[in-house]
Amino acid sequence: MLRMLKQIIRVGSLSETLAPSDQVEQLGEKLRESVRKRFAGSLTIRAVDAGSCNGCELEIHATNNAYYDIERFGVHFTASPRFADMLLVTGPVSINMRRALEMTYEAMPEPRLVVAMGDCAIDCGVFGRDNYAIAGAVRDIIPVDVQIHGCPPTPSDIIQGILAAVESR
Amino acid sequence: MSYPTNTWFAERLGDAGIRCDYLKGHRPAHMPCLEIMRLEWAHAAAEARRLDMRLVALWAAEAGPNDPGNAPLYAYMAFAHPEHRHVLLRTPVQTELPSICAHYIAACRMERHMQDMFGIRITDLPDDRPWIRHEHWPRDAYPLRSAFDAQRPLPHEDHGDYAFVRADSPGVYEIPVGPVHAGIIEPGHFRFLAVGEQILNMEARLGYVHKGIERAMQGRSAEDGLRLAARVSGDSTVAHAWAFAQAAEYAAGIEVPRRASFIRALLCERERIANHIGDIGAICNDAAFTFMLQQMHRLREQMARLNRRIFGHRLLMDSIRLGGVAQDIDTAAAAELAEQTERIAREVEDLRAIYADHPSIQERVVGSGTVSAADALDLGLLGYVGRASGHYPDERIEEAYPPYDEFKVAIPKGKLGDVATRVWVRFEEIAESSRLILAMLRALPEGAIHTDWQAPPAGISGFAAIEGWRGEVAAWIRLGEEGRVDRYFVRDPSVINWLGLELAVRTVPVPDFPLNNKSFNCSYSGNDL
Ligand code: SF4
Repeated sequence: MLRMLKQIIRVGSLSETLAPSDQVEQLGEKLRESVRKRFAGSLTIRAVDAGSCNGCELEIHATNNAYYDIERFGVHFTASPRFADMLLVTGPVSINMRRALEMTYEAMPEPRLVVAMGDCAIDCGVFGRDNYAIAGAVRDIIPVDVQIHGCPPTPSDIIQGILAAVESR
Repeated sequence: MSYPTNTWFAERLGDAGIRCDYLKGHRPAHMPCLEIMRLEWAHAAAEARRLDMRLVALWAAEAGPNDPGNAPLYAYMAFAHPEHRHVLLRTPVQTELPSICAHYIAACRMERHMQDMFGIRITDLPDDRPWIRHEHWPRDAYPLRSAFDAQRPLPHEDHGDYAFVRADSPGVYEIPVGPVHAGIIEPGHFRFLAVGEQILNMEARLGYVHKGIERAMQGRSAEDGLRLAARVSGDSTVAHAWAFAQAAEYAAGIEVPRRASFIRALLCERERIANHIGDIGAICNDAAFTFMLQQMHRLREQMARLNRRIFGHRLLMDSIRLGGVAQDIDTAAAAELAEQTERIAREVEDLRAIYADHPSIQERVVGSGTVSAADALDLGLLGYVGRASGHYPDERIEEAYPPYDEFKVAIPKGKLGDVATRVWVRFEEIAESSRLILAMLRALPEGAIHTDWQAPPAGISGFAAIEGWRGEVAAWIRLGEEGRVDRYFVRDPSVINWLGLELAVRTVPVPDFPLNNKSFNCSYSGNDL
């Protein structure tokens, strides 16, 4: 126990301010102040891999590490879509995941913010649209509010994309 | 590098009365492809089993540009022997092929994959349910047949549900999990049969992230194909890219400069360390030991940052190119890599002492999810999963591709096969990979970091086996006109290791499943292709 405490003290606090991002692209209508108020400084996200290579997931994990610490922005990941404010979708939507993605989206309460994260989620990426196994990009399946470019996007871009989505409605 | 032709298995087949011919358009010679008659297919597999060979993979391909044209399809299988390396067998197929499951149980899902993709009927298949082909696929869609229109998404049809293994007993209940899992992980479905807290059976239903990679590869230039191969499983991008590149380079008869092979290995060992670090943290987190998750993720982040600075990508994607690597390392970068490697190895050892000394985590991992040595051998479990259960295939040693022909790799030899041993193997591998990286940096040869890519004539195939962090990645590639990819097949180690997980969790209570799952950490994307 003492060793753990020593280690924690030795490492100290690592959280950094985020570098500016040019990878975030807002779709849909602009800022509705009420949304910001509705979330009361706290946002709950359900992440869905709709066909990713797992590279994007690794970077979502990284948003939780001590350097980026996404929780300091009031952002939490949840297991249930029932109380999720936002859907964070990665990967091209595979035909075998399409139904599960739609069901997750339908299970969410309004206003159902959706962030499409990564080049695959935006335009099917390296896997291509002309592919029997790909139903389409996320936008082809469910409405999307914000897109975050990158293969995969960096943790800092992901956090900024998420924050942008909160401001996009 | 040129090796003599590997004749060992052909001779053994000859002893057993099985006639085989060396396929001319296949390389390298030390991993030859032998053509046999279809009637001898199962017999040859039986011989391989008798000779203690490991089943590497099973796949099919349409006839290539140089094939005689009397069969529309060929089935392939690859075996490996610890001392006699890899060998491929192939046989022409009209419509049917006998199953080899009686000799290698791990063949089953690969045979189901062949049925799904080509419509080849595998006879005597003990489990002939569709695998990657989910229930909503049209009945007559066989995506790897050239007649199939692969340009449009498959239409959705309704053909009922997957026939999961069921239990009739009233005390047994089912827990369906997925495809969308609770955490931030890849999707797949697990069906548990449980009595009280105890798991009786766990069945994985995968294929959810099937992205048509094999078909999407066809017709791409090799350079473009490499970008796709690097995304078969994003956490193993170096291993998959290396396997693709090496198979293509073998086919083309291209030798990679020594400096490039050193840098490839350095990238691959860094990938191994980073993933083990991340997984150890995640395993501990599944037992509510968050301290370790945070500490490990801190180290992982430091590696990602240095990766980006030196190699241009946090996860090392696209750092390998055909004929070599994309990025050289100068003296300053080499010094930074060495410094970080040493420091992280040291920090991991300190954290390991805390982990070993922490009863609440030890109680959860020791004795949980055991796979016996006999089962590991039977399934042919790979990587750290095999190494925890007395089965030690490692291509860095057996295949000893450059630069591992210059370095002796020490692999941890576990026996107990539980979560604790899988974690132990990972700690040991972090230490060993760190040692290797430092040794490689010290011995880094001067010279070019790539050589020009020159495609071989159409119809030549190549095969490579690379020891990625999860275990052996086996890739087979056949190049067509203008150097375009004609057919690519890859077997991620997860295809085999998923079977180990199903076996391991038959002895654990439901709440310990996540812990076990993480200790295997099989790839979904690499499995589903
Ligand atoms: S964007 Fe890149 S990292 Fe993300 S899923 Fe697609 S290929 Fe993988």
